[in-house]
Amino acid sequence: MNWTTVCKQEDLTSGTGLCALHNYEQVAIFYCGRTESLYAISNYDPIGNAYVLSRGLMGSVGEEPVMISPLYKQRYNLETGVCLDDEETKIKTYDVRIENGEVQLAA
Amino acid sequence: MGECALWGGRIFGLVAPGYAMAKVAAAHIVGDKSERFIGADMSTKLKLMGVDVASIGDAHGNTPGSQSYAYNDDVSQVYKRLVVSDDGKKLLGAVLVGDAEAYGGLLQMMLNSIDLPENPEALILPVLDGEAVPGLGVDSLPDSAVICSCYEVTKGQLQAAVEGGATDMAMIKAETQASTGCGGCAALTKQVVDAELANLGYEVKTDICEHFAYSRKELADIIRVTKIKTFDELLDSHGTGHGCEICKPTAGSILASYWNEYVLKDEHIALQDTNDIYLGNMQKDGTYSVVPRVAGGEITPEKLIVLGEVAKEFDLYTKVTGGQRIDLFGAQLHELPLIWKKLVDAGFETGHAYGKSVRTVKSCVGSTWCRYGVDDSVGLAIEIEDRYKGLRSPHKLKFAVSGCTRECAEAQSKDVGIIATENGWNLYVCGNGGMRPRHTDLLAKDLDKETLIKYIDRFLMFYVRTADRLQRTSVWLENLEGGLTYLKQVVIEDSLGLADELEAEMASNIGNYQCEWKTTIESPEKLKRFSHFINSDQPDSSLAYVVERDQRRPARPEERNDNQIETVELVD
Repeated sequence: MNWTTVCKQEDLTSGTGLCALHNYEQVAIFYCGRTESLYAISNYDPIGNAYVLSRGLMGSVGEEPVMISPLYKQRYNLETGVCLDDEETKIKTYDVRIENGEVQLAA
Repeated sequence: MGECALWGGRIFGLVAPGYAMAKVAAAHIVGDKSERFIGADMSTKLKLMGVDVASIGDAHGNTPGSQSYAYNDDVSQVYKRLVVSDDGKKLLGAVLVGDAEAYGGLLQMMLNSIDLPENPEALILPVLDGEAVPGLGVDSLPDSAVICSCYEVTKGQLQAAVEGGATDMAMIKAETQASTGCGGCAALTKQVVDAELANLGYEVKTDICEHFAYSRKELADIIRVTKIKTFDELLDSHGTGHGCEICKPTAGSILASYWNEYVLKDEHIALQDTNDIYLGNMQKDGTYSVVPRVAGGEITPEKLIVLGEVAKEFDLYTKVTGGQRIDLFGAQLHELPLIWKKLVDAGFETGHAYGKSVRTVKSCVGSTWCRYGVDDSVGLAIEIEDRYKGLRSPHKLKFAVSGCTRECAEAQSKDVGIIATENGWNLYVCGNGGMRPRHTDLLAKDLDKETLIKYIDRFLMFYVRTADRLQRTSVWLENLEGGLTYLKQVVIEDSLGLADELEAEMASNIGNYQCEWKTTIESPEKLKRFSHFINSDQPDSSLAYVVERDQRRPARPEERNDNQIETVELVD
C-alpha cells in the first residue's frame, strides 16, 4: 500500500478533527488521545450537503467510536462510516496511520 | 371540519361529534349497520379571540330544579358558573370564561357523576396562597372515564398504553391519539400518564446521556463542589465511555460558567460544539457569521465604518440583528482570523453570538435624548453588558433596558428585563420571544443600581446552578418548584443562605473574562486550525454564491447545477 503524508502528528488535537486534501478529495481525520486511535472519513456531510464533517464533535455510543455532524447532529461510526441515525447513509472511510511522527493516508 | 349529517335538526359545530358521526358513516359504508349516532356531549374548551372559554354539560341550568354557583371578577375578566343538581350533590354543567384551567377536572366530575365536595364553590373560586387546590385526583376516576373526548380515549386505554411502553406524552399521543384533537385534555392526560408511571414504579430518568448517570444540575454541583477543571477528570471520576454531543458541550458550558477558562485550551477544545469551536456561527454551507459586540446597541460612526469596510473587503453579506448588532455572513475558516484581527485592532470584542451565553443588552435611547425618558437606559445597558458579557450558561441569555414605561426596548420579553421608574429600576425576569413567547415576571421594583446588580448576579448564578441543559429561563421558572415566589425568596430574601456564594461565583467569572478572539489571534498555534485544509492553502472549492439584492448568498442546489448562472468569484 502506498502512503501519503498529510500532516504531522503534533498537528492533531485529541478529541477533534482536521481536514486534509488528498487525491483531490476532502478527508476528515479524527484523533482520540484517550484511546490513541486515529480515524479518517469523507469530509462531506451527505445530509447537510457541505464539506464540514472534520469540524464535528467526537464521542462514543456504547463501544462504537462516533463523530457528530456539526450541521444537523447525525452520528457517524468512525470505523465504518455508517450513519447511526439513518442506516441507509454511509460515508467513505480511508486507511490512516501515524508513521515516524507523520500522519499518512493510503493512496 | 364539518358535520356528516344534520342530526335531529341540530348542528353541533364541534370536533368530537363530527368524529363520532364520521365513524358511524364509515361503518355504514363498509356494511356494518350496527353503529348508530346517538348524539354527543357538547362540552368543549376553546380560545375565542384570545380568551379561554369552556362549556360543560347543562351549562345553562335547563335541568328542572338545578341550582348554580357563580363567580365574577370584572378586573381580571373571569367568569365561572357551576350548575348542580337539586340536591346539590352532583355537577350538571359549568361555564368558564377567562380561566378554563378547571375544565378537565369538572368535565370528569360531570361525566362520571362523581359526588361534589362539601363546598362546591371552592371549585371555581380563585386559589389563594397556601390553600390546597380543590379538584379531583385522577385516582378517583373510573377506568371508563373518557379523558380525551375528541378521540374517545378512556383512562383505562391510557393506562394500557403506559403499560405497553408508551412512557411519555409523544408516545401516548402516537399510540392513543389522546390530546391530538382540540388539546383541551392535555393536562389531564399527562396527570393520568404520570400517575400510572408512578403506579408501575417507573422512576423518571434525568441522566443527561449514556456517559453520565447525572442530571445537568447534578453535574454542575459535582464540578462546583469538587472543583473539577476538565472534562477528562469528570469522565474518569463520574462517567463512562468517551462522551457525546450531549455531555461534552454541557460539561464545557458548566466548566466555563464556574472557571471561565479560554474555551479553545487543549483540554477544553474537544467539548465545544459546532459554533464555539471556531468562535463563529456556522451557516448551512459551512461558512461562518461574525458578530462583534456592540454593547447596548451604541456604536460610533467610526466603528460603524470599520464594520462596513471589513464587510466590503471580505464581501460579507450584512444584516442588522434583533439584538442591535451587525451580523456579517459568509466568512470562510481561513478568513475568520483576518477579519477578527481588523475588528480587534479597531476596538471591537467578540460578541459571543456563537455561545450559549450572554448575548446582548438591547436598549432604547433613554433619558439622554428621549423626551419621555426617565433614566439613562443606554448607560445602564452598556454597564450590564460589560459586566455579564460572555457568561456561559445553560442556554443563551438576552437582556434589555428601557428608559421608561413605554418599554421601547421590549425588556418584558427578555431573560432579564429592566425598566426605569420614577423611583429606580424595576427588574423583570424569565421572558422569552422565539418558539414559545412568554412575558417576564416582575422580580423586584424601584431598586437602586447596586441592589439591581446584586439581584441579577444571584438570579443568573442560581439559573446556572439549577437549570437543565438548553433550558431557557422561561421554561426553567415554569418548572421551578415554588415558582416565582420561591425565586423571590432565594434572590431577594436569601432564604437558602446562598446569596454570598452566588455573588462570589459571579465575581470570579467576571474576573476571568477575556475576549476569546483577541486570545486566539495572538496564538499562532491556535490559528493553525483556522484553515480549511491542514496540508493546503486552498479554500473549500465547493462553495458557490449568487448575488441577490446587491449582496451574495449561498447558491441553491438548482442554481449550482445550472451552468448558465454565473456564480460569484470568492475573495481569497
